[in-house]
Amino acid sequence: MSDSILKVENLGKKYYLRHQQSGRYTALRDVLAGSVRSFGRRLLPGNSPAPKLRREEFWALKDVSFEVNRGEAIGIIGRNGAGKSTLLKVLSRITKPTTGRVAIKGRVASLLEVGTGFHPELTGRENIYLNGAILGMTRADIRRKFDEIVDFAEVEKFLDTPVKRYSSGMYVRLAFAVAAHLEPEILVVDEVLAVGDAAFQKKCLGKMSDVSSQEGRTVLFVSHNMPAVQQLCLKGIVLEQGQVRFNGNIDEAISLYTQQTLTTISKVNLLDRHDRTGEQNLRFSAITLCDGKGNLLQQAVTGQDLRLRFHYISSRELNRASVNIAFNVYNSQGQLLTNLNSRDVNNMEMAVGKKGYFECIWPHFNLRAGTYTCNLFCEVNNVIEDWIQSAFQINVEDGDFYNSGSLIDRTQGDFLVEYTWKAEVWNLVN
Amino acid sequence: MQTSQKELILEANHLDRQYWVDLWRYRELLYFLAWRDILVRYKQTVIGIAWALLRPLATMLVFTVVFGNLARLPSGGVPYPILVFSGLLPWQFFASALSETSSSLIDNANLISKVYFPRLIVPISSVIVSFIDFAISGVILVGLMIWFGFVPGLQILTLPLFILLTFAAALGAGLWLSALNVKYRDFRYVVPFIVQLGLYISPVGFSSQIVTDGWRLLYSLNPMVGVIDGFRWAILGGEAYIYWPGFLVSIGLVLVIFVSGLWYFRRTEESFADII
Repeated sequence: MSDSILKVENLGKKYYLRHQQSGRYTALRDVLAGSVRSFGRRLLPGNSPAPKLRREEFWALKDVSFEVNRGEAIGIIGRNGAGKSTLLKVLSRITKPTTGRVAIKGRVASLLEVGTGFHPELTGRENIYLNGAILGMTRADIRRKFDEIVDFAEVEKFLDTPVKRYSSGMYVRLAFAVAAHLEPEILVVDEVLAVGDAAFQKKCLGKMSDVSSQEGRTVLFVSHNMPAVQQLCLKGIVLEQGQVRFNGNIDEAISLYTQQTLTTISKVNLLDRHDRTGEQNLRFSAITLCDGKGNLLQQAVTGQDLRLRFHYISSRELNRASVNIAFNVYNSQGQLLTNLNSRDVNNMEMAVGKKGYFECIWPHFNLRAGTYTCNLFCEVNNVIEDWIQSAFQINVEDGDFYNSGSLIDRTQGDFLVEYTWKAEVWNLVN
Repeated sequence: MQTSQKELILEANHLDRQYWVDLWRYRELLYFLAWRDILVRYKQTVIGIAWALLRPLATMLVFTVVFGNLARLPSGGVPYPILVFSGLLPWQFFASALSETSSSLIDNANLISKVYFPRLIVPISSVIVSFIDFAISGVILVGLMIWFGFVPGLQILTLPLFILLTFAAALGAGLWLSALNVKYRDFRYVVPFIVQLGLYISPVGFSSQIVTDGWRLLYSLNPMVGVIDGFRWAILGGEAYIYWPGFLVSIGLVLVIFVSGLWYFRRTEESFADII
């Protein structure tokens, strides 16, 4: 008999994407107006054209099958929008699958967010009980584990302080501590280690590996932090557009994922990307690279004046808006080099049309040869409109940055800066 | 530690037989949510829980002056403050429970989209919170009875029954409104309207006996009429007799609202996390 604790068969989850509607929720008015319209259409056949479909089907998960044995730690990796969070939501019973079947033996506890249900007005002590109950512990369980939780979180001095006065580090520590002491058969953890300092992240990872290897519990772990996944899990599942791309050894899974993120970035039309967040009244459609005179470029050359144009479509026109557009630049090792945005340089007042572009002028471009990956973000009047991870890449060829007539033949570092040298001499006097 | 576990199946259209078992298992969450709401409610207030006494007391005074002293409506020999208060108690319970439950799911949206538990817990705990307020303001009624030297008859023993009825009315309507509110936020604006209007069309400030017999049955289509009449009868006894046909209509309506509310809630519950 196999020791399978979780079995997922042909799992699918369908969502409807609504277009042309501003709110997240339906207003009764729209439903009523819609039904009156369709009633009228039935009365007068052939009078008006068939209604345009406003809803678009979107399969967040499709035909997902896998099996997990007791005591295994599985890493689930994939790009944003690949379906990881949806999968965890189905497994933790928050939402129902559209097709397929999941069989679970034992209790599932999910930690999809740190501090779900914490109330800022309540004290640390009160929140431990409340949060424990929300995550499915009984009062007796919590009382038994209380000291351990407090100990792990290192907050004993502040137990009777409302958590709204906690530092964010203390808050996260306490929240993780409660969840880590749940003792379910299956622990489902989503990207929660992104918060907290390095020491605490290490402590959390240690705790999770204890949970799986020593207590024999099953852990499903979602993260973009590859070293953490590698450290904790032996097996990995790579999701791509809602489907299982790979299921097996964690090292192979990670290398596949790394390749996958590199190959798809620049090819995909930005409007086809579903892995974006924000209100989406404004959506980025394309990014073009130009030289100082506005001629289109395929790649950038170190030292030239560069213009990055971020083309968008927008459902609103605003003559004067406060626009914070920002992009991060990562090198090929995934290290963040810098962030360029319109807020820091006080360039936020901009007009927004139905279509248009924002242009970032980067004079005397100082990145060295290589491929740089960028996240793109835009906030209009303090509302996040569009946010795409790994939205585009800039390919850079070395150029004559210092006007010295030759290229630099060393590859030390990713960027160059402008500088000069001079000498001061101290004359020795007897 | 390991208990032998039954296999849990998640499937589309799979009837969740576990639901009621889960509801029982999560009963402590019910307690904790109610406890949280009560704790939070009076944090950073000076007089704290006294607010639960002050509000009904002030309403009672105004109603007594307006309906009893100015309009001189009949009270059937009962001190007017007691008449008002015996109607005000169930009404305030109903009204506050209704407003709390109807927004309860939205207020706990982050819980619903991040953690699993039987969603029924949320509205039920809201009703419980209002019930606590109700119990506290019940003290005023006892005080009034002592003040006026009013001794209730044996029928007071039926009071828990009518409290249960108020509970069912509030929860039933609350289940409908909370579930509808998740999808159609319009109902946010409907609830204050119901509560405001309901105060006038329910026999709170006056006895329902002032409604002439021809209209009595129609009047009872407001389910709170039966609830408040029953409540009043349990406290005041023979002085407030029950008009049976109307009473039964009201009770029937309460049950219909409760059962249908439960049905609608259970039917839509699965999609809450997707649309909230």
